[in-house]
Amino acid sequence: MARYVFKRILMMIPVLLGISFIIFAILSFSPGDPVMMMLGDNPDPQAYAELTRELGLDKPFFVQYFNYIASALKGNFGKSWITKIPVFDEILARFPTTFYITVGAICLKVLIGVPIGVISAVKQYSIVDNVGMVLTLIFASMPTFWLGLILILVFSLYLGVLPAVGAESWQNFVLPCVTLAIGSAATLVRMTRSTMLEVIRQDYIRTARAKGASERVVIYKHALRNALLPVITIVGLNFGVMLGGTMVIESLFAMPGLGTNTITAIRMKDRPMVMASVLYVAFLAGVINLLVDLAYAYVDPRVKAQYLRK
Amino acid sequence: MSDVLLSIENLHVTYRTDEALVYAVNGVNLNIMRGETLGLVGETGAGKTTTALSVMRLLPDKIGKIEQGKIYLDGLDITAATEADMRAIRGNIVSMIFQDPMSSLNPVLRVGEQIAEVLRIHNDKLSKSEVDRRVDELMEMVGLPKERKVEYPHQFSGGMKQRVVIAIALACEPKLLLADEPTTALDVTIQAQVLAIIRELKEMLNTSMLLITHDLGIVAENCDRVAVMYAGEIVEMGTVEDIFEEKDHHPYTVGLFGSIPDLDKNIDRLTPIEGMMPDPTVLQAGCPFYDRCPQRMDICNTEKPAEVMKGTHMIKCHLFSNVEKAANVEKVGEV
Amino acid sequence: MTTKNVDKTGVGKPDSRDYTKKRSQLKLIMYRFSKNRLAVLGLCILCVLALCAIFADVIADYQTMAIKQNIMNKLQPPSAEHWLGTDQYGRDIFARIIHGARISLTMGIGTVLTSLTIGSIFGALAGYYGGKVDNIIMRIMDVFLAIPNMLMAVTIVGALGGGLVNLLIAMSISSIPRFSRVIRSSILSVRDMDYIEAARACGTKDSRIIYKHVLPNAIGPIIVNATLSLANTILSISGMSFIGLGIEKPMPEWGSMLSEGRAQMRYHPNLVIFPGIAIALAVLGLNLVGDGLRDALDPKLKN
Repeated sequence: MARYVFKRILMMIPVLLGISFIIFAILSFSPGDPVMMMLGDNPDPQAYAELTRELGLDKPFFVQYFNYIASALKGNFGKSWITKIPVFDEILARFPTTFYITVGAICLKVLIGVPIGVISAVKQYSIVDNVGMVLTLIFASMPTFWLGLILILVFSLYLGVLPAVGAESWQNFVLPCVTLAIGSAATLVRMTRSTMLEVIRQDYIRTARAKGASERVVIYKHALRNALLPVITIVGLNFGVMLGGTMVIESLFAMPGLGTNTITAIRMKDRPMVMASVLYVAFLAGVINLLVDLAYAYVDPRVKAQYLRK
Repeated sequence: MSDVLLSIENLHVTYRTDEALVYAVNGVNLNIMRGETLGLVGETGAGKTTTALSVMRLLPDKIGKIEQGKIYLDGLDITAATEADMRAIRGNIVSMIFQDPMSSLNPVLRVGEQIAEVLRIHNDKLSKSEVDRRVDELMEMVGLPKERKVEYPHQFSGGMKQRVVIAIALACEPKLLLADEPTTALDVTIQAQVLAIIRELKEMLNTSMLLITHDLGIVAENCDRVAVMYAGEIVEMGTVEDIFEEKDHHPYTVGLFGSIPDLDKNIDRLTPIEGMMPDPTVLQAGCPFYDRCPQRMDICNTEKPAEVMKGTHMIKCHLFSNVEKAANVEKVGEV
Repeated sequence: MTTKNVDKTGVGKPDSRDYTKKRSQLKLIMYRFSKNRLAVLGLCILCVLALCAIFADVIADYQTMAIKQNIMNKLQPPSAEHWLGTDQYGRDIFARIIHGARISLTMGIGTVLTSLTIGSIFGALAGYYGGKVDNIIMRIMDVFLAIPNMLMAVTIVGALGGGLVNLLIAMSISSIPRFSRVIRSSILSVRDMDYIEAARACGTKDSRIIYKHVLPNAIGPIIVNATLSLANTILSISGMSFIGLGIEKPMPEWGSMLSEGRAQMRYHPNLVIFPGIAIALAVLGLNLVGDGLRDALDPKLKN
């Protein structure tokens, strides 16, 4: 088992390298001069040359890339070109906000999505099912930021019960989490429903009924245990995607998280900051994927057997 | 206490799908005595599984429905029982084994747990150690090492999985076992083993059995009485001797036996029965075998034959009805 | 009291379910689709959208209504003259939404076609040649997949600057891995079939095999994925425009209408409600059609 984990971690390395290369290349070859951005329109030629040298921008692309990787491997991801603070400090400072939003959204989404999905499947074609299906379609089609705006309109501006911007207290996190959760919960409902429906049709469910088990036992002990397996994978993968995609929500609610930070960094052509942000998120997503796979193996004995053989 | 354990009277079962209404079982009458094995033979689609599921009241929810008829199990009216009553009997008084062992067990639960479950459902007073002991006992009874009760279904072969299924079915010592083609999905050698186990346990516990199969060889070896089913109706029923040795038979039974290769004869071709089963979405007014019967008569198309009894032997065919024999002068379409 | 379906003339007559009659595949799929009410609803929504996009200029003149600022008229509520009211620059909201349809659909379709083409090429190469080629291509796709979509798009647009072309590039890149996977798996599912070997043994050219066997297999999933990808693209474009990295002002893209309208939304919610409804309807229509197509192509998957 440990060997498998180690192999997976090794496999993340080429992926991270690939990502770093692509992003570095895009940022390096894009139009716009970061040095000009920092010094203004009519920079003093000497200051310009000095800054260029300081940032290593006078060297050829591959040398720059190599230097970057070399120092990154030592743990040094550089200083932000704009703020001059080490990028990692900034990222770590902003990470909690993004993390709370994402975790809050995932919890809400699971708490709403899974029960509704299960009920829809068990009572197929009932009112709950039909209404549920219509609602999920509608919510899944809505742009999240629009939903966010409407929620702000109702709860902040009209009712005044929740704040719209900032990240001071837990109330600030309610609307962002709910916004992210609803759209995602809609997809989860459909997924859960469809796996449950499939599982309920299986022979072993019929065996359980033939034993005289009550319907509750049949659903929870037999059906749900099997249906949740693919759901775990999806939710886990979604976590990684959410971490990287909070930009729009953070922007909407003016929260000082990684997302807004990345947008600003890109606009200002702050290469070290962008690199570090992207790599950090990709790394976290990779780790989460690995954890999800391990969790899946823990829960599904057939998969566990495969891993132990490796 | 009467000798009759299971009594099915005039059972009519339908399946309602989006596209059509399927008449799966049309007026089935049969009995099973205590301790006896009744074989239920017929082609795919004859309604055998539906009949068994009706006894367990396990027809697919909202789709399958018992339209008419009565089923009595050990005095209890199954057709009128509540769902709670049924849950108390399933796995306890009557059990069922299904055809495909590969998918009958829950893949994420240990095998021992799945056997223990049926014990706990019907015996909630048992202590944990008693349940464990009984699970061990059952594993050994079906020929599986008790140490393997902590393993998962995917670690067992098809034949071994079916043994687990048998253990689950017989755990509470039911009075009736419904076995729906229990060996069809298994290799021939494993088939023999599994059937031997079923026979052994049946003797030990004096369980009655409804053995559904399409294999006449299995019927000959394992059954006391046989019922032949076609298109939702029982067309012939009797003791094993009646069916295998008597000379009078329903034309369908003749066709079934004729389709089996005979070691003693030297023939070039097998004789299948021409045609296919009638459309199950259409209710037949006359005998359902009319289209394919080499001995059909006009009346066969318009009137359902009565069940003619000759001792223990029942044949549902106009050919054997005395009234019809007397009045019938010409036969049409002999092939 | 005779039964139907019984023929008295011969033994073994086939019953009324005539399995030999073959409906054309396409007709069968279209028939199944048409029975699905939600899918048909989605199709209607899409048709309305497409009509808006095509006839946008006829419905509302671009320059005078959607772009030209008219401060005198600003922030009018819905009225007979301005069906959905005006925004803070006096521009007619209804007109802007209609033209927004054109922008969203054009950009969306452009993106999907681009990523479909490029993705198919990669997927075909990977699926057909297998081995090392397959491995390399799939690894590269994995790298792109590992970067969250939005992040990738934002980086590209942020780096290359705004504008339609750059946006198209950014959006396409996110969708390429998905299409290459679809094509690759279609090819893989067919490649090892016996009848392909038989065809090769008869001397059939590879290109003909691809044309006659692989493509028909792949078309179904491609169309389904294309529809869903279009829905996602429209959502992404509006999201990007919302944070200011997408379509540039003053073009009436729905997402940027939302970001512009935000400041006014307390007293003039119409600025924010209607563009959002437009996006939701477009995406809903596409999702319904995509689901409907998926069910029509393989009803076994339906529950």
